[in-house]
Amino acid sequence: MTETFYEVMRRQGITRRSFLKYCSLTAAALGLGPSFAPKIAHAMETKPRIPVLWLHGMECTCCSESFIRSAHPLAKDVILSMVSLDYDDTLMAAAGHQAEAIITETIEKYDGNYILAVEGNPSYNQEGMSCIIAGKPFHEQLTHVAKHCKIIISWGSCASYGCVQAASPNPTGATPVHKVIHDKPIIKVPGCPPIAEVMTAVIAYMVTFERLPELDRQGRPKMFYSQRIHDKCYRRPHFDAGQFVESWDDEAARKGYCLYKVGCKGPTTYNACSTIRWNEGTSFPIQAGHGCIGCSEDGFWDKGSWYARLTDIKQFGIESNADKVGGTAAAVVGAATAAHMAATAINRASKKENSV
Amino acid sequence: MSQSKMHSEPAVYVYEAPVRIWHWINALAITVLCVTGYFIGVPLPTMPGEANDHFLMGYIRFAHFASGYILAVGFLFRLYWVFAGNHHARQLFLPPFFTREFWKGVLHELRWYAFIEKEPHKYVGHNPLAVMAMHIVMVWGLLFMIITGFALYGEGIGMGSWQYEWFSGWVIELFGQSQDVHTWHRLCTWLVICFVIMHVYLAIREDIVSRQSMISTMISGWRMFRDDSKAKDDADHGGSIMTTFVGSLMSSFRSGRSRTKADDIR
Repeated sequence: MTETFYEVMRRQGITRRSFLKYCSLTAAALGLGPSFAPKIAHAMETKPRIPVLWLHGMECTCCSESFIRSAHPLAKDVILSMVSLDYDDTLMAAAGHQAEAIITETIEKYDGNYILAVEGNPSYNQEGMSCIIAGKPFHEQLTHVAKHCKIIISWGSCASYGCVQAASPNPTGATPVHKVIHDKPIIKVPGCPPIAEVMTAVIAYMVTFERLPELDRQGRPKMFYSQRIHDKCYRRPHFDAGQFVESWDDEAARKGYCLYKVGCKGPTTYNACSTIRWNEGTSFPIQAGHGCIGCSEDGFWDKGSWYARLTDIKQFGIESNADKVGGTAAAVVGAATAAHMAATAINRASKKENSV
Repeated sequence: MSQSKMHSEPAVYVYEAPVRIWHWINALAITVLCVTGYFIGVPLPTMPGEANDHFLMGYIRFAHFASGYILAVGFLFRLYWVFAGNHHARQLFLPPFFTREFWKGVLHELRWYAFIEKEPHKYVGHNPLAVMAMHIVMVWGLLFMIITGFALYGEGIGMGSWQYEWFSGWVIELFGQSQDVHTWHRLCTWLVICFVIMHVYLAIREDIVSRQSMISTMISGWRMFRDDSKAKDDADHGGSIMTTFVGSLMSSFRSGRSRTKADDIR
């Protein structure tokens, strides 16, 4: 029989005291309140570990890198032990045929009962040749494993939206997971990469309650993606006051004013960076003096400069935006109006002359 | 019908008070919205001093949101008045796009503005070209701005608010992401600005060179005419109060057809 999480943790030398502390911390991180800490503890003591198959498509492994750096020291040990991470080709010791055999084995043993975590996305152009796993296009592995899984986690912007490889003109035909798999529940955890604590908390929630956390319309867990960076940004008072960094390294930049005018995408980006922050809560881009680039939003590579608020509108030519298009239209209309006014005046004057 | 100024200057009561009040409130709201909206996208130069001494962006955004609410409430009221008001109140919202007469009228107006036609047609209500422009910008354009506007506003108010539930969720999903909603909201602003330029210019121009009053009509409600020939749209419009959408649609079709009778009487 598979060990419970608690047994695994105890075996790893984690004290019961530390274990309970972790449970309360997780409950707090999930916004569940103190009464849920015992429930999480109970779940961990009694429930067998859920097998996870973690597939890698076209990606940069930044999600994995983020995941293993979860801030709370217990989190990474515990979460990695909580789930039975059967297959993860960047982390596992096995390789080649040995590694691939594990997939077959897990599917046979836990058909319909394992979690499929996808990092990156499949390629569909050139018959999927841009991403080959074990001699076959990645999309074949993905659809095969997805067919037998319980739920799918789309790690990062690649699996959720496509990210850089899907940016225009998308030469490899990179396709996000939800556009390939339609018959399984999918939870998106976008970000490039997603915040480590967000990743571990999402897994903790699913393991504890055996269901998906509450998702928004786009399939993101509401507990971490229901507010914009802007809503909880510590520089927000400067925004409301109308105090902006006008250019890099100006006086306002030194004073830590709002980065809105140098293109911060905080007001249009749903993520938890401004509350949870990164690297054990040390900092996040805006705190480091650079605007948010909106990495957890759909198609953020294709919205033009990271240093301009107004999005590029490619249909109207290179580096055009709403103000340039609209301003030009208004100028043309204004000029036409003035010309028409002059023509009307001349027309009337000549009419009057004729009638006299 | 005409309060008969007698002889050559007959007058018709066209725009009822609610329509006129809506027009001017709209004009004010749109002006404030365009100016504040511009500065939300491209903020004013930085305020010096401490953050707690200023609230400039906050005030600008407040003015934008408040005017947006006024515009939206006005729009809802105006929708009601489509059914409660006289037939001129329906013209803007239910244009007779499916009648040949309408498109002939549009063509004539274009030719008139291009100085090809010597004489303008005479209309009690709006001319067909104006109906088309106003229908597109002031009905669908404003509706688009109200929906995307509330979607963006709902983002700040947060999930769970009615603004977010009614607007933000599905609108952002439809456009792909919040940034795209911002872009389209701003593009449509420029469409409204283009409309305002033309609207103001043409209203003043027609007031001077055409055969009916314009500006004073939007203040008093009465349309004055320079001559007493028959107006193009001065036809039987059925009952003055139609309470159903179908009823008013029918009447707009009927008025479109009955206009053919008056076709040559100009």
